[in-house]
Amino acid sequence: MAYDKFTVLQSTAVPLPTENVDTDQIIPARFLKATEREGFGDNLFRDWRYDVEGNPKKDFVLNDRTYSGKILVAGKNFGSGSSREHAVWALYDYGFRCVVSSFFADIFKNNCLNIGVLPVTVSPEFADLLFTAIAADPNTAVEVNLPQQTITLLATGASESFDINEYKKDNMQHGFDDIDYLINMAAEIEGFEASR
Amino acid sequence: MEKNTLFDKIWDAHVIKSVPAGPDVFFIDKHFIHEVTSPVAFLNLELRGIGVKYPNRTIATPDHNVPTVDQDLTIKDKLSRMQVEKLRENCAKYGIELHDLGSAHHGIVHVIGPELGVTQPGMTIVCGDSHTSTHGAFGAIAFGIGTSEVEMVLATQCIMQSKAKKMRISVEGTLGKGVTSKDIILYIISKISAAGATGYFVEYAGSAIQSLSMEARMTICNMSIEMGARGGLIAPDETTFAYLKGKQYAPKGADWDKAVAHWKTLKTDDGAIFDKELVFEAADIEPMITYGTNPGMGIKVTGTIPSTQGMEGSNKTSYLKSLDYMGFVPGEAVKGKMVDYVFVGSCTNGRIEDIRAVAQFVKGHQKAENITAWIVPGSREVEKMAHEEGLVKILEDAGFELRQPGCSACLAMNDDKIPSGKYAVSTSNRNFEGRQGPGARTMLASPLTVAAVAITGRITDPREVF
Ligand code: SF4
Repeated sequence: MAYDKFTVLQSTAVPLPTENVDTDQIIPARFLKATEREGFGDNLFRDWRYDVEGNPKKDFVLNDRTYSGKILVAGKNFGSGSSREHAVWALYDYGFRCVVSSFFADIFKNNCLNIGVLPVTVSPEFADLLFTAIAADPNTAVEVNLPQQTITLLATGASESFDINEYKKDNMQHGFDDIDYLINMAAEIEGFEASR
Repeated sequence: MEKNTLFDKIWDAHVIKSVPAGPDVFFIDKHFIHEVTSPVAFLNLELRGIGVKYPNRTIATPDHNVPTVDQDLTIKDKLSRMQVEKLRENCAKYGIELHDLGSAHHGIVHVIGPELGVTQPGMTIVCGDSHTSTHGAFGAIAFGIGTSEVEMVLATQCIMQSKAKKMRISVEGTLGKGVTSKDIILYIISKISAAGATGYFVEYAGSAIQSLSMEARMTICNMSIEMGARGGLIAPDETTFAYLKGKQYAPKGADWDKAVAHWKTLKTDDGAIFDKELVFEAADIEPMITYGTNPGMGIKVTGTIPSTQGMEGSNKTSYLKSLDYMGFVPGEAVKGKMVDYVFVGSCTNGRIEDIRAVAQFVKGHQKAENITAWIVPGSREVEKMAHEEGLVKILEDAGFELRQPGCSACLAMNDDKIPSGKYAVSTSNRNFEGRQGPGARTMLASPLTVAAVAITGRITDPREVF
């Protein structure tokens, strides 16, 4: 469904430097039983966030009040594994609007773009810079500028540009989704289907 | 003449339009749906006030969260029941073919598609499930999509996707004794890592691949996603045609001949260029097992867990965190370690050949006392054959417990969970933390290795046992 528009986001960020975080960690399978899209944020990173009795695990970053914000800075190969879009719904529902990593899994990245969470791929060096800056000062503000395609550490001005395809960028800025586009192509699609 | 890869040929034939500086509008021939990733897509269609455009191009089955006992009774778990009921409701409402619990072709979506002959060479196939790559074994472009895309396919039969880069992985030569297609794919992933093929669509080629049965090929394509690939495919050949011939949805009579003639053109032209090419020798591959929490963390069953030498920073921390979860330390051997559960099933290795292989190995033996052994057929059809061929008897005599078809302990959405801290050697495809239940420790291996572990109760090299 159409989602929030994304242009410029300024926020503090939550660091999660673990590598190869798969979507089974982001939202474990046993929480996929809903038939609606809301409420997945409660179980975001469930098994890292809570122990078996449901008590918050103190050492997990989402339970550490020092860190907050709409940007998640994640380790390499984020979002691998299962194609469950629920993983992105959970991130969105929790309040994240942007995920930064030096490497994303393909389907996860697509799912993000489809529901309006911006995946920003940075160089490994810039990811390290972000982790260091956030560790030194959890209130560090980060700006993600979609029109300019830049991500900037506001305190130091350290900045890097990121790639996004023009079509997806336009969609994100206007809160459009692919279905709107496809529905407008109905006649062409019908012609193609009939020829098969 | 332009030289094209198999992937190019199928992809290009399905592009309705290329958006400038954007993705392709990509037509989907067949769409599979299941109960977990489809309800929100249907809900959104309703909110938009639109319907399903081509219902005969979608096929449904409930598999992910269904119980594997008492399937004839009402599902006890309320949320699972609601998802399955929603699927029934949506299929009835829009006229979508449903292979429901208990029906002759119920099963894991990636097992029943090929079994019914729905999956055919040259097709584009998607499903809200990453292991849709399985269908690539037939020379189809098949890959997993998210729920937003499920909605797009239902609404328009298209998705918007950018074409992936192309990789060819060739495996040449003859496989050794006790080495299966599962070992081939675990070996490849261990070599190139769980992210090594991200951004690529992989074609598997070479004499070792060509020599495999359709089911063995499916195992390989199935796990393409575990190295990050969008999907994997294998050029169709006589093995493919022989498998499809006579299947329910396969073309018949003159249509069959026409189809085969077309399918024979579906191969990579000599001299076509791939973005990346890798070649492996079959002789180098031995029975494999994973020791960590992503499928790239695999070694020979006889091997030792890599040391942390050369690792630093978050790479090292992540590695140690993974080993800590598994209860292992760097440098130790895995062979001989005690195991608690074995699981034979899933869309990777839950087909009849897998069950035959296990039955043949355990025939006349008893499972070890410390082992709980589950066999979950991938479909009703597989279950039926296992009964008819006497395999169920052999397995039950050996102390295995046969369950009804479904995804089961592959992702533990139903009651089939490995308890926290316990070790399971599984024929499935993912060893992520908690994948088989909170705290469960999963080691992935071939059906043969799993059979050997079941008998000895420990991590065992299948070549040494039987
Ligand atoms: S068997 Fe496992 S991997 Fe296959 S579709 Fe089911 S949950 Fe997914």
